Amino acid sequence: MTRKSPAGSAPRTGRPGALWAVPGLVYFAVFAALPMALVAYLSLTEWGGLGAPRFVGLDNWARLFDDPLMGKAVWLSLLLTAASWAVQTPIALLLGVWAAGRQRTRAVLSAIFFLPLLLSSAAVAIIWRALLDPNFGPAAWLGPALGLGSLDLLGGSGSAFWVIVFVSAWQFIPLHMLLYQGGARQIPESLYQAARIDGAGRLSMFWHITLPQLRHTITTSSVLMVVGALTYFDTVLILTGGGPGTDTSIVPFLMYRVGFKSWELGYASAIAFTLVLAATVVALLMVRFTGFGSMRSTREGM
Amino acid sequence: MTTPRVSAAAVAALALLGTTACGGGGGAGSDEMHVWMYQDTLVVVQEGAVERFNADSDAEAVIDEVPGDSYVERLRTAMGSSKKPDVFFNWGGGSIEPYVEQGMLEPLDDMLAENPEFAGSFIPSVLESGKIDGVQYGIPLRGTQPVILFYNEAVFEEAGAEPPETWDDILDLVDTFNEEGVTPFALAGADPWTEQMWLQYLVDRIGGPEVFERIVGGDSEGWRDPAVLEAAEMVAELVDRGAFGDAYASVSYTEGGASTLLSEGRAAMHLMGSWEYSTHLDQAEDFAKEDLGYTAFPPIDGGEGDPANVVGNPTNFFSVTSDSPHLDSALEFLTYTSQEEYVADMVANGEVPTTTGAEELLADSPSPDFATFQYEMVRDAPHFQLSWDQALPPDVATPMVTEIESLFNGQSTPEQFVDALAAL
Repeated sequence: MTRKSPAGSAPRTGRPGALWAVPGLVYFAVFAALPMALVAYLSLTEWGGLGAPRFVGLDNWARLFDDPLMGKAVWLSLLLTAASWAVQTPIALLLGVWAAGRQRTRAVLSAIFFLPLLLSSAAVAIIWRALLDPNFGPAAWLGPALGLGSLDLLGGSGSAFWVIVFVSAWQFIPLHMLLYQGGARQIPESLYQAARIDGAGRLSMFWHITLPQLRHTITTSSVLMVVGALTYFDTVLILTGGGPGTDTSIVPFLMYRVGFKSWELGYASAIAFTLVLAATVVALLMVRFTGFGSMRSTREGM
Repeated sequence: MTTPRVSAAAVAALALLGTTACGGGGGAGSDEMHVWMYQDTLVVVQEGAVERFNADSDAEAVIDEVPGDSYVERLRTAMGSSKKPDVFFNWGGGSIEPYVEQGMLEPLDDMLAENPEFAGSFIPSVLESGKIDGVQYGIPLRGTQPVILFYNEAVFEEAGAEPPETWDDILDLVDTFNEEGVTPFALAGADPWTEQMWLQYLVDRIGGPEVFERIVGGDSEGWRDPAVLEAAEMVAELVDRGAFGDAYASVSYTEGGASTLLSEGRAAMHLMGSWEYSTHLDQAEDFAKEDLGYTAFPPIDGGEGDPANVVGNPTNFFSVTSDSPHLDSALEFLTYTSQEEYVADMVANGEVPTTTGAEELLADSPSPDFATFQYEMVRDAPHFQLSWDQALPPDVATPMVTEIESLFNGQSTPEQFVDALAAL
């Protein structure tokens, strides 16, 4: 092979050729775009998984707007997303910034905090289900000991929802903590040195340096959290089964129930497609309004 | 030089494909005849039948045990693919209706007509429940599973109480046990099919089998029958009186939560299918042998239903897929379910067979008294109601079960319950 660069052609140091994107694009087309197209088609049919789908036009989509369970599921999903973000972000941010320090104790404790992330969602849900069993788990004696009577947290309408918020936080805070830890370690030490010369305290340094410098990390972490909460499923399935009643039936769970319990795969596809649209829109909006898309540097003026 | 390596990789890849295909429970096209079974401790009976069948015949039958939690989903997915089982376990009724509609199941009437002795070996009413629209699609493969009111004799003795014989007895017992600090009825509220048993009995006792017959016939207005509302009100009254304690909504039956409450004496009674007996025999043997009492669900004053009616699962069935490459072998295999060895195996494992001559064999059961009680209960029942969630097609049964859960959790009133069901 000889390197020949015809005169007048662009230097080879620019963007890589479009050919390099082919493996990624093929993967995306086969495992994301194609299934999505099939789901879009199925959402226009009535199909029980047997025989051929029957085309019904927009019936499933019309039903989506009249279904009280769908309305409830959308509300619960929004609530879960907002609550997860509000609970996880401050804790993960503070833990991450704390863990960014180089002290040995911090390294050891970070490793311990990180453990839940190594467990599978199913294992996490089964563990918490056993812990919260109202008759045979620790909750059985903890409730009366605290004077609360029987503690059936997974059986209460409101409490079951908050258990899910809690368990998902327990499971995912370590991941976001890791993001913030990495983000915090990227902040140039010179900024803090300059602040100290100006007489800034720890709190004002956190507020005026650390937080603004973590802006992009916050966006990344938030997008992950929001999209994650919108598609949250396994923990709900194992921990509450959507219950009591339908009080924790968030959109992905409703989709599963309609699809694989009632075998209305057409309607389930309409729910699934709604979820795809909602998650895409939310992610795009977040990227846009946080200025993440324009990729402004956090180091301007340095 | 790369050729051998490439072909080796191709062979490995093919082998991998082969194993995953078998892992999917393959059927059509392979040499083995696949028999799908719901995984539990009783599968040994079918394993015995497969062994005898393989010894007698040229075909090679294998049992694929599918975990119970996902049996229905796995079956449906397989039936929609080219990897259908040849013979499979089911509940009859709505559980196979979608397959019948698609013409996927082999009608068994001819086979029964050719083997009159085989056809005559089952209790007629049980064989009857393997029909869809008058055509036979299922052959009974298991014992009968009526719902029975189990109780803890030691707890009753301590409270000086007697097993209930009327509905008022039940209400009194609820108060008695609540005073004693014992939960009157164990209830696995996270598995609403256990709650469904209460409604099935109440509706049958109050309004007779006709009420549900109308609903299963496709008329959802049938839910507005006064018997359904009255049954729902009785459930609400039980809940308000504390009949199930205050921590039942997240108790799971499959994890054993409710049964353990009964065997440990923390609950006095448990309305459950007859398999509860074998569950206790397995998990708490001493309790099962000494203190586990059982009785029929009591009559309701003024009710139209015959108090001898039972609800539950008349039995489970084998059905055959009509495009099976082993169709003849599969039909031959079905006849093994009435063989003497098969029935004896069932009895030895605590089941109560649905064959006519089983009565004499019951003495060999690990618990002859219980087996006889159950056999007579089913034999003398004018009507055996198949579980609602199995009798109805899944797109109705799934939301129905959720509504039942909401009723028991006090999240909906009896009126809301009826309205919600009528809207299905």
